Amino acid sequence: MNQEVLLGAYIFILAIFVGIEVIGRVPSTLHTPLMSATNAIHGIVLLGAFLIAGSANSPLLYVLAFIALFLGAGNVFGGFVVTDRMLEMFKKKPVEKR
Amino acid sequence: MITDYRAAFIDIAYLVSAIIFIFGLRRLSSPATARTGNRYAMVAMGLALVVTLVDRSFIWKPVNVVILVIGTALGAAVGIYFARTVQMTAMPQMVALFNGMGGGTAALVELAHFSGLLNSGQSITAGEALATVIGVILGSISLAGSAIAFGKLQELLSGRPIQYQGQSVVNAIVGLVIIGLGVFLVGFNGGDLIIWLLFAAALVLGVGAVLPIGGADMPVVIAVLNSCTGIAAAVTGFVVHNEILVVAGALVGASGGFLTVLMSRAMNRSLGNVLFGAFGSVTAGAGAAVAGEAKPIRETTAEDAAVAMAYANEVIIVPGYGLAVAQGQHQIRELAAELEKHGVTVKYAIHPVAGRMPGHMNVLLAEANVPYDQLYEMEQINGEFERADVALVVGANDVVNPAARSDTSSPIYGMPILNVDQARTIVVLKRSMRPGFAGIENELFHNPKTLMLFGDAKDSLAKLTAAVKAA
Repeated sequence: MNQEVLLGAYIFILAIFVGIEVIGRVPSTLHTPLMSATNAIHGIVLLGAFLIAGSANSPLLYVLAFIALFLGAGNVFGGFVVTDRMLEMFKKKPVEKR
Repeated sequence: MITDYRAAFIDIAYLVSAIIFIFGLRRLSSPATARTGNRYAMVAMGLALVVTLVDRSFIWKPVNVVILVIGTALGAAVGIYFARTVQMTAMPQMVALFNGMGGGTAALVELAHFSGLLNSGQSITAGEALATVIGVILGSISLAGSAIAFGKLQELLSGRPIQYQGQSVVNAIVGLVIIGLGVFLVGFNGGDLIIWLLFAAALVLGVGAVLPIGGADMPVVIAVLNSCTGIAAAVTGFVVHNEILVVAGALVGASGGFLTVLMSRAMNRSLGNVLFGAFGSVTAGAGAAVAGEAKPIRETTAEDAAVAMAYANEVIIVPGYGLAVAQGQHQIRELAAELEKHGVTVKYAIHPVAGRMPGHMNVLLAEANVPYDQLYEMEQINGEFERADVALVVGANDVVNPAARSDTSSPIYGMPILNVDQARTIVVLKRSMRPGFAGIENELFHNPKTLMLFGDAKDSLAKLTAAVKAA
């Protein structure tokens, strides 16, 4: 087990705690947007696909990188746009009398 | 002492990005700030993606640039197209689809990185090999599992559990093969072939694991797969030595895990029971036995049901998945508005697992512009049903099934339900007497206080609205 992986593990564990702390307060009304937003956030692996595509030097890696980029970009862009659309509806103030 | 200014710049930008992600997620906890929270996350993502492009490992040969630009642009175009055109009722399958895409990306990145290292003759530490194994397994399970979940939600596949003889044995064997391959890869420097076999086996497991899970359990499945992809992204960060991946992936993993626990608790079942319980096999027996007795039901007309509601003091609406299928959320809003004109108090009771993903009903009603202070969670409203004149059940089934309280042999026994049967009159809108997604007979429909109004929920709601107007 090398140092760098161990350091990564520390960051990982601490981020999990931060995540639970921050997300634990989300009301059930917003569970779908929460899931949709986090769904877009894990699209950050697109960044990994960037790195692969940037250093690819064989046909196999070209193909893998291309598919990874396609899927990752779909995840990030689609995820954020659909979450935004959804949250726009939540922002609308009720017009009718209560 | 900083020797590489470019690398330092990238690292600092990642740190800023991580902080913005956390603040963005924080803002998601209130409807008023949620939209800006999502925008924060977009900014954080954009920052992290752009600074990655100045990484020193980039070759910038024409072929790399072409692949990078076209792959990303194509993916973005397809993603945005679907995101803008999808119906709000189809959100669960949309989330499943994007989730699978993310899982696939993680698995492919790990595969490509590993095989790139091998082919260039670089050594791979045990830690990196372990992270690669975990990432490939979780990413592939998420990709294949989400694809099956998508198929079920889109009704390309049957929503009922798909089972065959010896299914759990086959899944267990595939699981063991995966563990064996993983151990071999980490402990004995297994090569290219092994990682591809691992990828294939994990895909098979992803399919095999989700097939036997019924449509009613999809909220849990989607939450689990979401968490899987998050963790796959995080371990990808271990492999490509990128901290922002670790942080963002862990945040998603935590969120998915949190929702998983909430959903399982709302059904009073353990996660293991949901994932491996083969829900359908038990229910087939129990449901069939009751159905054989052919109990009486009271069918009603829209006019009669409308009169009962128009002269009520309080009506509680209980929406379920049927509302989403029929796309009746706007009609329900109109009906409520009409009832309010008659001086009726209208409230909505939302069961935590109503629909096919966590919070599904809230999104639909928000789309129809129902004020969210009329939506009540189960604990808040359950005491109120006995004071309500009418409970209007629209396309909900298992979440109002009294068998969950009383029938110890029922597969949903112990699940907290909405106490709809305590209302003075119950009006149920339903397509037919077919049992719900879980395939369980519902005693509520045979209750003497229950009026059944058959037909498509959207049509029925429109008729009810017209009849209330006339009343």
